[in-house]
Amino acid sequence: MAGINLDTDNSAVGTEIKNLAESMLRQLELGDLSKAVALVNNLNEVRDRTLYNEIGRLTRALHEAIKNMRVDTVGAASDIDHATDKLAYVLEMTDKSANRTMDLVDAGMPLATDIHDRASALSVEWQRFLNKELKPDEFRNLTKDINQFLLDSASQSQRLQGQLSDIVLAQDFQDLTGQVIHKVAALVTDVEGRLVQLVAMAGNVDSITGIVHADMESAEEPTEGANIAAEGPQINKSSEDVVASQDDVDDLLSSLGF
Amino acid sequence: MKILIVDDFSTMRRIVKNLLRDLGFTNTQEADDGTTALPMLQNGDFDFLVTDWNMPGMTGLDLLKKVRADDRLKSLPVLMVTAEAKRDQIVAAAQAGVNGYVVKPFTAAVLKEKIDKIFERVEG
Repeated sequence: MAGINLDTDNSAVGTEIKNLAESMLRQLELGDLSKAVALVNNLNEVRDRTLYNEIGRLTRALHEAIKNMRVDTVGAASDIDHATDKLAYVLEMTDKSANRTMDLVDAGMPLATDIHDRASALSVEWQRFLNKELKPDEFRNLTKDINQFLLDSASQSQRLQGQLSDIVLAQDFQDLTGQVIHKVAALVTDVEGRLVQLVAMAGNVDSITGIVHADMESAEEPTEGANIAAEGPQINKSSEDVVASQDDVDDLLSSLGF
Repeated sequence: MKILIVDDFSTMRRIVKNLLRDLGFTNTQEADDGTTALPMLQNGDFDFLVTDWNMPGMTGLDLLKKVRADDRLKSLPVLMVTAEAKRDQIVAAAQAGVNGYVVKPFTAAVLKEKIDKIFERVEG
């Protein structure tokens, strides 16, 4: 970002005004009114000269700032526009990943349930065998069932393995979206910096011209209660007016008689 | 038990739907905001409403208020599952007549606990 020098050499101007004022005071003490009035004119000249210089300098600085701001930062096909596209990409990627993960879980869950159910059932039969409660034909069925179960559970757990590693792969969005979010965050910081410069410049114009903005003195009153709006996730959980956990929610509700 | 799940994000609807299925509630329908949910509630015999707060169109809080203002729906149990975590908001939801409030991100156990509690009250 090209630096814009906003520091005014106020000390030189101040010294000049001080010298003029002092000599004016001396002339007044000596009783020379016409010389004192002439010095008032000199003071005016210094003020005007400073003002013109400042205006010239600020105009240049303003041009510089606008150039830095670049018109292509806002509007169609601009940086901001691209940033919006990038965030839409993040949304799309996270959505895809969440659905892919849930698809895989949906596909894997019945396999795990099947292994569990059949293992539990076989375990009961096996216990009966150990207790010598099985008739010969029941035992023959049991060995057949066990054989089938061993074959099925080997293939089902293999499929589960594949699904689990696919779930891990579906998290690859974090890397891609992370990069995009970093870029967008950098753009926001950049634009913020330039806006701060413009605000500082406006402040400089005010101080030189002696303009006071009455409307800026009264801080905006927060509108209370009437309309509670949705705000989305709270990033700063340590804030007083934000609950930190579900336990806090439960405490708050029970204090309200829930 | 017929349940309506209202959330603008399809992934969140799917998560809630899967959790409800695991809890044994298989008869669920979905809506993506209050505006689509309200006519579904008015025309269908839903027993339970699970809704997000922050949605385009009609928010979950406004949907809750509309439900409580509707003679046929006013006693429908409503669970709010939302990222809104300010004390003022929770108090506002309570005042509007919510039956339970779960903050995101949440666990299956929390969801189950709140649902159980709501039905305990409704039936008890």
